[in-house]
Amino acid sequence: MSFKTLMLAASATAMIAAGASAETLRWARAGDALTLDPHAQNEGPTSAMAHQIMETLVMRDHSGALVPSLATEWAPSEDNPNVWVFKLREGVTFHDGAEFDSDDVVFSLNRAMTPDSDYKELLASVKEVRAPDKFTVEIETDGPNPIMPNNLTNMFMMDKDWAEANNAVKVQDYEGGEDTFAAKNANGTGPYKLVSREPDVKTVLTANENYWGKDEFPLQVTEIVYTPIQNAATRVAALLSGEVDFIQDVPVQDLERVAGTDGLDVRTAPQNRVIFFGMNMGDADLTSDNVDGKNPLADVRVRQAMSKAINRDAIKQVVMRGQSAPAGMISPPFVNGWDADMDASSSTDIEGAKALMAEAGYPDGFSLTLNCPNDRYINDEAICQAAVGMLAQIGVTVNLDAKPKAQHFPLINNLETDFYMLGWGVPTYDSEYIFNFLVHSKGEKYGSWNGTRYSNPDLDAKIVALASETDLPARDQQIGDIWQVVQDEQLYIPIHHQVLNWGMKSGVGTIVEPEDSPKIKYFEMN
Amino acid sequence: MFAFIVRRMFQSIIVLLVVGLVAFSMFRFVGDPIDNMLGQERTQADIDRLRTELGLDQPFVVQYAKFLQGAVQGNFGVSYRQGRPVSTILLERAPATLELAFVSGFLAITMGIALGVFTAIRRQGIAANVIMTVSLIGVSLPTFLIGILLIYIFSVELDLLPSFGRGETVMIGHWSTGFLTASGLKALILPAITLGLYQMTLIMRLVRSEMLEVLRADYVRFARARGLSDRVINFRHALKNTLVPVITITGLQLGSIIAFAIITETVFQWPGVGLLFINAIQFVDIPVMAAYLMLISVMFVTINLIVDLLYYAIDPRLRVDARAT
Repeated sequence: MSFKTLMLAASATAMIAAGASAETLRWARAGDALTLDPHAQNEGPTSAMAHQIMETLVMRDHSGALVPSLATEWAPSEDNPNVWVFKLREGVTFHDGAEFDSDDVVFSLNRAMTPDSDYKELLASVKEVRAPDKFTVEIETDGPNPIMPNNLTNMFMMDKDWAEANNAVKVQDYEGGEDTFAAKNANGTGPYKLVSREPDVKTVLTANENYWGKDEFPLQVTEIVYTPIQNAATRVAALLSGEVDFIQDVPVQDLERVAGTDGLDVRTAPQNRVIFFGMNMGDADLTSDNVDGKNPLADVRVRQAMSKAINRDAIKQVVMRGQSAPAGMISPPFVNGWDADMDASSSTDIEGAKALMAEAGYPDGFSLTLNCPNDRYINDEAICQAAVGMLAQIGVTVNLDAKPKAQHFPLINNLETDFYMLGWGVPTYDSEYIFNFLVHSKGEKYGSWNGTRYSNPDLDAKIVALASETDLPARDQQIGDIWQVVQDEQLYIPIHHQVLNWGMKSGVGTIVEPEDSPKIKYFEMN
Repeated sequence: MFAFIVRRMFQSIIVLLVVGLVAFSMFRFVGDPIDNMLGQERTQADIDRLRTELGLDQPFVVQYAKFLQGAVQGNFGVSYRQGRPVSTILLERAPATLELAFVSGFLAITMGIALGVFTAIRRQGIAANVIMTVSLIGVSLPTFLIGILLIYIFSVELDLLPSFGRGETVMIGHWSTGFLTASGLKALILPAITLGLYQMTLIMRLVRSEMLEVLRADYVRFARARGLSDRVINFRHALKNTLVPVITITGLQLGSIIAFAIITETVFQWPGVGLLFINAIQFVDIPVMAAYLMLISVMFVTINLIVDLLYYAIDPRLRVDARAT
């Protein structure tokens, strides 16, 4: 061995040793966190960032399972079925050294229930949050709420004294015209501390030396450098050129390129988001169709025929390049109430569809407008274009109207569309969430995303009853019954479940989190 | 002179007011910000409450009047997307755009003039013809494609230059500069070329055709006959006389470099006001869009005003006309 090789070997060893003690993860995705205020925006990148710095009482690990975080155990109270009791973890400190206790929980949950909070709907049933002692919290709801802990997985805990000292008691509002301290600064109990932040440019976090879970989690990343890169091609280029280690959204057309590059991996998992079409079945007549005085979509046979006309496998192969899972129900597979048979129930049958159309009195079909977003879901507009061609096969002539999401979603909310695309994720992992927003008749409290005009008082009553049914097997039975109605009525036309693709250096060890919210403390660096 | 300036200022203010009015009447077609601001779990009551709170339920003329009232006092409102004052955000973002515009403008002028002179003098040479052909690419390829091509070649394949961002920046007061660090300078190269390429080819072609014109002029022939050296003829006599139209075009192009850095900034994730504006459109962040459009129109109106005043100073005929009326 010559002197030179010896030196090389020595320096290589030194580099490996240095690498083990300090690992930086350079992380990029399309969007930045909108704010660091944990209750101001209920939005993907914002809560993904917050999860590194702050913590919740209960959280979901990377497989989607509910695990203890700042609460070690929780159960409904034995004396009062309306109360959930949470035992808090002891010995946890905030980044500034303050101790975490029940006062902070009461403060944080109350803050999350104020009108300016984006999380108040998830806590809508909460009557009172109490702290009987320093490490116990009781949450009282206005009726028994069997899935209360599911609603807390993005409910971040702040330090009461810190918030009061820094004028951050109020959730940031748009009226005041002033910077909220909590929008740019953060003091959590989480595994990473905020070092610096330039919104939309760069956020740097460093490992929290005093983290309670130091021995419980890998915590191999000691520094996180987060840069939003909006342009998909630039994002992929940054990964290919080694400027970032991990990108969260690899465009489907670049998957092979990334996977085929030495030292880079694409990891894939089904996402907690299902894509489907909604139809106006309630109005007496449609504005966008060519049938006078009648609403063809009111006939369940027409809706079934349209569903049968959609070739989901073709959409998967051609539009999504294999990156989707055809769906038969509008629920992601992780959700309580999801049923394998129902999800496999959609099939393509053009002849059957034509027969149904003829039976319903539309042998020659009809025409209507499909409203579709073009910047919200993966290949959303292309999916709609494919559907237009497929529906033409059974005589339904569809005019496609694709718009940016900021113009598309108001159409659904204002009931100005007869046929539309929508995607849905279920943060509570329970079907009740889907029913509340998509199946219940549209009203002040429920059905705010139900653009179908479907209204079934019986079903509404069943949905509302779910919230307070504490007998879990009976509740699951009810959920199954409601799903059966949704399926029989063909309330929506399910298309597929989206698939998440994370691109990263091969040395980054993690599985894909179904809500697209990586928790870096689980990452291993090899 | 004074009356002329006052008249022009008055006209400029009217232009600004009209730009604002048109902008506000367009915002409703960009979409509804409420959905982006509230989470998936919002109810109808939330939507109504926020709409009233932000004044979006009022006619656009009223919204515009409110915006003007604030803007006159230097208050552009709070960004719907970031929840921070728009003026703070704009001040944070401006240095990135201005530095990029400065470097690409500088590149465009120096390279444009140098290559223009070269191709005019060596009109038949192979090099000049190659440059002329390549410059067609600069004029005809869209900016985002050039940017992505440059990223592909210099970042992904050659691994020489960063593909995104500004690199390390240094704060001087409120001004963040990338000029003082190696990574900051490296990060400037690709975006500056992308942004300046069109202007460079434009200036180059303009200089070339002006030069060819001038080189045919009688005084150049006489200069040759007098036995002056080529260098003196080309640079002292010919180039000087080609610069008048070049300066006019350059002045106007400078405004568009700043205003239309949007695409370059998006491709390179350059944290300037252009990227801010694109985000604002996607999010329907009305306060940011309004402030940006007003600032850009102020800039163009100012540039035009200065150009007009320069003409007034340079061209004696304008002064004579003014006196006559």
